[in-house]
Amino acid sequence: MTAPGVQEDVTGRPPVTERRLHPVTPLRRAWAPVAVLMGWAVHDPDGAQRQLTRLTTTTLLVGLGVLIPAAALYGFLSWWYTHFAVTESELRVRTGLLFRRTAHIRLERIQAIDVTQPLLARVAGVAKLKLDVIGTDKKDELAFLGAGEARALRAELLARAAGFAPESAHEVGEAPSRQMLRVPPGVLAVSLLLTGATWVWLLVAAVALPLLWTATHSLWTVLAAGVPMLGAAGASSVGRFVAEYDWTLGESPDGLRIDHGLLDRAHETVPPGRVQTVRLVEPLLWRRRGWVRVELDVAGSSNSLLLPVAPRAMAESVVARVLPGVTVPPREAFSRPPRGARWCVPVWWRGHGLAVTDAVFASRRGLLRRSLSLVPHAKVQSVRLAQGPWQRAHGVADVHVDTGANGTVTARLRPAEEAAALLHSQAERSRTGRRDALPDRWMA
Amino acid sequence: METGSPHDTGTADAQETPTPATADVPAPDAGTEPDAGAEPVWRALPPGLLTMRRLLLVVWLGLLTLATALVPGLLAGPAWGAFAVLPLALLLWGWVMLERNWRSWRYAERADDLLISRGVLWHEETVVPYGRMQLVEVTSGPVERHFGLASVQLHTAAAATDATIPGLDPAEAERLRDRLTQLGEARSAGL
Repeated sequence: MTAPGVQEDVTGRPPVTERRLHPVTPLRRAWAPVAVLMGWAVHDPDGAQRQLTRLTTTTLLVGLGVLIPAAALYGFLSWWYTHFAVTESELRVRTGLLFRRTAHIRLERIQAIDVTQPLLARVAGVAKLKLDVIGTDKKDELAFLGAGEARALRAELLARAAGFAPESAHEVGEAPSRQMLRVPPGVLAVSLLLTGATWVWLLVAAVALPLLWTATHSLWTVLAAGVPMLGAAGASSVGRFVAEYDWTLGESPDGLRIDHGLLDRAHETVPPGRVQTVRLVEPLLWRRRGWVRVELDVAGSSNSLLLPVAPRAMAESVVARVLPGVTVPPREAFSRPPRGARWCVPVWWRGHGLAVTDAVFASRRGLLRRSLSLVPHAKVQSVRLAQGPWQRAHGVADVHVDTGANGTVTARLRPAEEAAALLHSQAERSRTGRRDALPDRWMA
Repeated sequence: METGSPHDTGTADAQETPTPATADVPAPDAGTEPDAGAEPVWRALPPGLLTMRRLLLVVWLGLLTLATALVPGLLAGPAWGAFAVLPLALLLWGWVMLERNWRSWRYAERADDLLISRGVLWHEETVVPYGRMQLVEVTSGPVERHFGLASVQLHTAAAATDATIPGLDPAEAERLRDRLTQLGEARSAGL
């Protein structure tokens, strides 16, 4: 009896218009067979050469004649069968020719939206759009859309997620953004030079490669060992420089905007109230200059960097914007573990510290490379106390605070009575901290 | 406590040794919410779990004892059969340890959160506010089913939350599941 009613209801709504991705998308897919061939050639160079010499012109032509249309067909079909649509409350992505897959992504659950443009995509004027919701992965990204279309879609999705009426959502347009901070390339370069990882890899290479050469006199062994080492050194210096180049942090009613990249550009938007944890990391060599790196955790998002490098005062003001009502506790506010803790963690016990304010749970650790983690009470999912036999003998315990971004912040080596009290008071604060939190639909 | 007497003995055991942790719970707004700061009512696990674990221990280590007694004893001489003392000692030690571990498990439903406390040497205590619960799971394997046991597991948005209560009465497990779901719905707070 209810069926006709439901039917009417469904047809009564404005029809959902399904859209396709940008027509250059098949080219991306067409890469797959070529990549497989390339991979085989690199993996087995001798075999590949033997096969190549055996090929005659005709077989080559026939092969290409089969391969190119097959790749083109595959690319075309996968593009043809991918649709997406924005409805009142969700983004639907329908893909698959043989194995159908429909993802319904609820807009009020958005944790972040990323628009990324790899180098080739910038040349072609297209962009990828990814909605970060817990559980989404690479399959759920919309690759590729026209660059302008991607921005318009992001604006529309954010407007709908923010709680604007569906009729007006696509007219709201992009929320105005105000630049908060821009990292100058010089500062970024110096900060990367002062990072240990690159130098450690170079040092290891400088010591290990001559040793290997004297031991084996085989060029291949040296290359096989040297390339990954130099690659790691390059990735931690040049790679990071390219990825973190022109890091710009903006603020808008839709939340935080992070834009960065020299070759591949990435634009991330994190709506208000989505940040679960913030970490201030201070490597040893940065301390004299008073620089810190700011990392953040957003559930379902792969990006974990908020600021690659910034002066401490500026970083703290950014943290205050990202987590409203939170001030970073000063160094004196942290209470150290009791003296007994030195038997549990020799020397490094001094690096640990805890400060709990009425807005945030802050834990510090590290002596050389200092790291300070902040969790707003409202983001705490559960609290755990753990105490091993050795810790019990010295009257200390650890308190773990779990957040929704699969991160755990630990206050290590607290006095046992304090830890027991902290366990309950923290659970209480996490429960009551939620009362004045922003609603999921931040403009509603 | 309506699910009956099997728990009562366990509860009494557990309450003989209240941890200092629960004695002085500071509740910032105890005035507004009388339940929140009150002494939690701890519940212990039913004895079925201990019976099951001991049985499994006896079966596996008993077989091992027999094997270490017979194989060297018959092949190399009766004196070598003395190696069987090792698994036997392990069995006896495990027998005692299992009881200590079983005794250490307890949980309390407070007005706004669930407490789970466990472990003797490695003590761990977990607090999960009801509002953060995403999913409550009741599981029961074949051996557990034979002993009339079921475990309740709570999931929050954080994967690190390790809140499992093993070896409950199925009726109690279901009651707990229903109550937790109901409370979770009422206080839902999500991420």
